[in-house]
Amino acid sequence: MANSVTLTRTPRNRNLDQLQLLLPIMVPVLLLSFIPLIRGIYIGFTDYELGGQINFSGLDNYRIMMQDRFFWRSMGVGFLWTAIVTALQIGLGMILALLLNQGLRWTSLYSVLMLVPWAMPPIVRGLMWRQIYSPDTGALNLILTQMGIIDNPINWLASFEWALPAIIVAGVWGEVPKAALFFLAGLKTIPGSLYEAAELDGASAFRKFRHITLPMMKPIMAAVVSLSFMWNFNAFGLIWILTQGGPGGLTRLPMLAAYEEAFRYGYVGYAAAIGNVMVIIISVFLFFYLKVQLKERTG
Amino acid sequence: MESMNIISGRMLKRRVSRVLMHGLILMFLVYLLFPLIWMISTSFKPTPEIYSGIPTLIPEVFTIEHYLTVLEEERLLVSILNSLYVGIVTAIIVVLISLPAAYALTRYRTSVNKLVMGWILTSQIFPAILIMIPLFIILRSLHLTDSLSGLVLVYVVWDIPFVLWMLQGYVKEIPVELEEAAAIDGATQGQIIFKIIMPLLLPAVGAAVLFAFISAWNEFFFALVLLKSPDLTTLPVELARYTGIEGQARTGPLAAASFIATIPSIVLFAILRKWFSSGALQGAVKG
Repeated sequence: MANSVTLTRTPRNRNLDQLQLLLPIMVPVLLLSFIPLIRGIYIGFTDYELGGQINFSGLDNYRIMMQDRFFWRSMGVGFLWTAIVTALQIGLGMILALLLNQGLRWTSLYSVLMLVPWAMPPIVRGLMWRQIYSPDTGALNLILTQMGIIDNPINWLASFEWALPAIIVAGVWGEVPKAALFFLAGLKTIPGSLYEAAELDGASAFRKFRHITLPMMKPIMAAVVSLSFMWNFNAFGLIWILTQGGPGGLTRLPMLAAYEEAFRYGYVGYAAAIGNVMVIIISVFLFFYLKVQLKERTG
Repeated sequence: MESMNIISGRMLKRRVSRVLMHGLILMFLVYLLFPLIWMISTSFKPTPEIYSGIPTLIPEVFTIEHYLTVLEEERLLVSILNSLYVGIVTAIIVVLISLPAAYALTRYRTSVNKLVMGWILTSQIFPAILIMIPLFIILRSLHLTDSLSGLVLVYVVWDIPFVLWMLQGYVKEIPVELEEAAAIDGATQGQIIFKIIMPLLLPAVGAAVLFAFISAWNEFFFALVLLKSPDLTTLPVELARYTGIEGQARTGPLAAASFIATIPSIVLFAILRKWFSSGALQGAVKG
């Protein structure tokens, strides 16, 4: 796309102009994001322990990992958590966005209220849900006992049955607003004339959703699913506050495993190696997911 | 009654579906707002009521003792000011450097574009654990650990990918014709960006500022690792301290402090409410 603002400048100048505008972001990103990251990846191939020497150790970390059943367990939990939270947040976020796009009264008030969880500091989200789930003063136990559904308070976050569902409910809660916001923005870009034409043909609400909304929303869906998968797989703060990975490692997501290896046991090299494996897993998922998405769009 | 025709039947149906939709939205809002409401309610209950075993949404006895307890602690006030400072400075810097970059990425098509956009996407993939330790080592050599400026720098870098991605999408929507006219009148590039593009993108810029502020206000782990002096801590780090040894017995003060930590975000959302719902941007682009 040639544009005439830039036509007045020579190509050499254009490159310089662009670089000049990009420099203020490139320098900090290079120094504080790119270089540390490369070093971090490298540390994953060393036996670095907190306070010790950094020695290259090749694939040793990864050999240990193959035998490490705590690692495998945390990967399993990580996948389960990521799949369920991502699916729920996409589904619920879409429903909420559709509801807010109906031109109902009070929609703008609803939209602001819906964003509240997203606005809260993750640490407060964790503290809040801890209060909900608390065995002695928590709202959930109080309400359920009052209604006669349970006889004795349940220690949700320490229970083998309930800990995972409990953190999933809290996780989805924090992510639905974000998904709904993205979807709502996407819905607003669909031209109303498409729906008007379909209405003239007597299309039902479901058919309109299936044949107009969904195809038009595909690029945004792809973006939200990709980002959510990454964010959820890398989740840390909320779960750290709620369960610290317990009970018995049941909610120990990969990031919690890596954090513990580094900061509790001091195995920084091994922690970075776990980080590297997570990057590979996410990349593989994204590769296949986006490949399918792109194929459908061109086909 | 039989004379009521099909049209009023359809109106009835429409009204029913509208009520249903409001009902559904309200169910969502109960899920999304209940934890906050419960926290606020707890923060105003006297300690015996908190432990009474009866779920009361509106406190039977209303007290502000927990807020007084919290505000008597100087450290908490200092941490609130630190968080405000870090959040505001981060938001301003991020937007000021990202807007020209977003402009450069949409209006100039060079080989640099793919590099930058590729980096925006790939940077999202890496877990924080990979970056944390090397970052600490680099910042220490620059004497920027245990300093708010160092933290601002980290947050700026952390926020750039999303803000840049967001802004460049909006810049793309602005017709070049507007700039051409200005360029013919002899406007410089900086003038075009900050006098023509920025006002047109006010809702988007507002959203970007909001995003950057809130992500800095909320951030916990970099702050935890980088800041050591007690008078430099940010609010999330200070709150986490409450959950420690003393945490369990202090449900009331914890609820009060958590609510205080949430206020700025809620206020900001309320201010920006108009920008979220307004069609100002679409109007400017289409008209």
